[in-house]
Amino acid sequence: MSYNNNIEKRAYMNETHSYVKLKEGLIMKRRQDKAWFALFTIPTLFAFVTVVIIPFIIGIYYSFFSWDGIPANPKIFVGFENYAKLFGEQRFLTSAWVTTKFTVMTLVAVNVIGLSFALLVTTKLRVRNAVRSMFFMPNLIGGLILGYIWKFIFSDAFLVMGEVTGFKSIFFNWMIDPKYSLYAMVIVFTWQMAGYVMIIYIAGIGSIPEDVMEAAKVDGANFWQKLTKVTFPLLMPSFTICLFLSVSNSFKIFDVNLSLTGGGPNNATEMLAMNIYNEIFGYNNFGYGQSKAIIFFILVAAITLTQVAITKRKEVEM
Amino acid sequence: MKKIGRFLLGFFVVALGLVYLSPIYIMLVNSFKNRAELYQNTLALPSSFDFKYYADAMEKMDFLQSFFNSLLITIVSCLLIVLFSSMTAWMLVRTNNKLSKFIFMTFVATMLIPFQTLMMPLMQFMGKIRDVLGIPMLNTHGGLIFMYIGFGASMAVFLYHGFIKSIPVSLEEAALLDGASKFGIFWRIVFPLLKPITVTVIILDVIWIWNDYLLPSLVLSDRALRTIPLSTASFFGQFTIQWNLAMAGLTLTIIPVVIFYAAAQKHIIKGVAAGSVK
Repeated sequence: MSYNNNIEKRAYMNETHSYVKLKEGLIMKRRQDKAWFALFTIPTLFAFVTVVIIPFIIGIYYSFFSWDGIPANPKIFVGFENYAKLFGEQRFLTSAWVTTKFTVMTLVAVNVIGLSFALLVTTKLRVRNAVRSMFFMPNLIGGLILGYIWKFIFSDAFLVMGEVTGFKSIFFNWMIDPKYSLYAMVIVFTWQMAGYVMIIYIAGIGSIPEDVMEAAKVDGANFWQKLTKVTFPLLMPSFTICLFLSVSNSFKIFDVNLSLTGGGPNNATEMLAMNIYNEIFGYNNFGYGQSKAIIFFILVAAITLTQVAITKRKEVEM
Repeated sequence: MKKIGRFLLGFFVVALGLVYLSPIYIMLVNSFKNRAELYQNTLALPSSFDFKYYADAMEKMDFLQSFFNSLLITIVSCLLIVLFSSMTAWMLVRTNNKLSKFIFMTFVATMLIPFQTLMMPLMQFMGKIRDVLGIPMLNTHGGLIFMYIGFGASMAVFLYHGFIKSIPVSLEEAALLDGASKFGIFWRIVFPLLKPITVTVIILDVIWIWNDYLLPSLVLSDRALRTIPLSTASFFGQFTIQWNLAMAGLTLTIIPVVIFYAAAQKHIIKGVAAGSVK
């Protein structure tokens, strides 16, 4: 009995001993893990927090003040006055309306053209790769430089073309007409984005299984039926991405706006991003401009989130 | 019949591609023309290839200086984004707790914030850091690169995160049993496996940073520090009526992009397709 007891006791002591050791090891390991976690994440987080998170919070704070941006001058707390004011400001509302029109027009143009290009270069043509590269090319050139190239085309080059060809009703200086300036913006943005969404549609078309297409062919479907009944439903995920990209990119457009029209003529093509830029750095209304920037953020977030939600739901239905 | 149809379609598609790039053609031909020739016919080929506007534009834009500035900023920013973001993303995937989930969700959520919402407070905050801590965040390349790391982190972490999730842990566990440190495991075993997504991140960031105008225009004010988009904008502001000179300048800025495209076309198209899923 006592002998047995002794063994048990010894076994128990051994167990606790190794248990303590194990626990110590675990604590050590956990501490080490924490140190590694910090080492791997802190450099990125540090830059991210100082550049994105803190300015975002300060930005919300500034939007409740009236301030001209000069450090020596006082910031006056005005509560929601900035926000109340911007909903009654004609220029801001016009800018929001123009941006909406622009977004809708480019949404259609970019996707129709991009999808058509994708369908063209996924045929079995031998030139498809060369042409694909051509369509994608404008996307690599920055919006600022694209805008400058087209500014020349829509102004002086169009004037000269009008003189040479006689079609003066099309070839005139588009930059002095508010309506045509907006069309010019749509054309340049579409020119830049169509090749980009084309790439995404190509990837989508490439992932459609061969046998589905074969089956449709065997069933006697013509080109149009194959396109609308087979290709389009299976491209729903690509539609989600492309619609999202074109809406959010056109809503936030700035570079092309700055270089092509500069917001003119007479602020007729001043998009929201530019309106905010001008309010803050042009008119030095830092607080008021920042309240516009916050509303801009809310709009961008709302549009993209609803749009993703809607298209995601459609995907499931299909 | 079918062959002819295909040939015609091919012809049509190539023609379409050429028309699509006609603005580039217009820019190119008019960069060689003198004023009289330019206003005679903008579409015609130049009568002679005179590079004098190029020489002139190169000097007035400080082209070489801004080219090297752009190159330095783009390369260093991309390398650091890749370095830091891949490490962070790996740690976030392999550490399964609330904190790492929260950090990841914050990265994703901030992708919705447009730059215009951050630009003014960012400049104020960077100015504060400079004044209080004496770290020159504004009007230096280092400051700009730091900001690119912060802005590029969200997308890079997001892309790496998605990719790393598909890599089995077993390899790393085997190395851990062999006594390798996490640092060694990441750089020797994991990072080489990330090559495809690293290429994507680099391509997307190069396109973004090389062409970015607004952020450097707010941060850099010295002429000697300017990137290509900045010197193009100021050059264009001064010589907007001299179209031939302006077109020569624009052609200069596009040459590096064309070279980059020619060299890495396959990667670029693949990278854009892979990166668009965000």
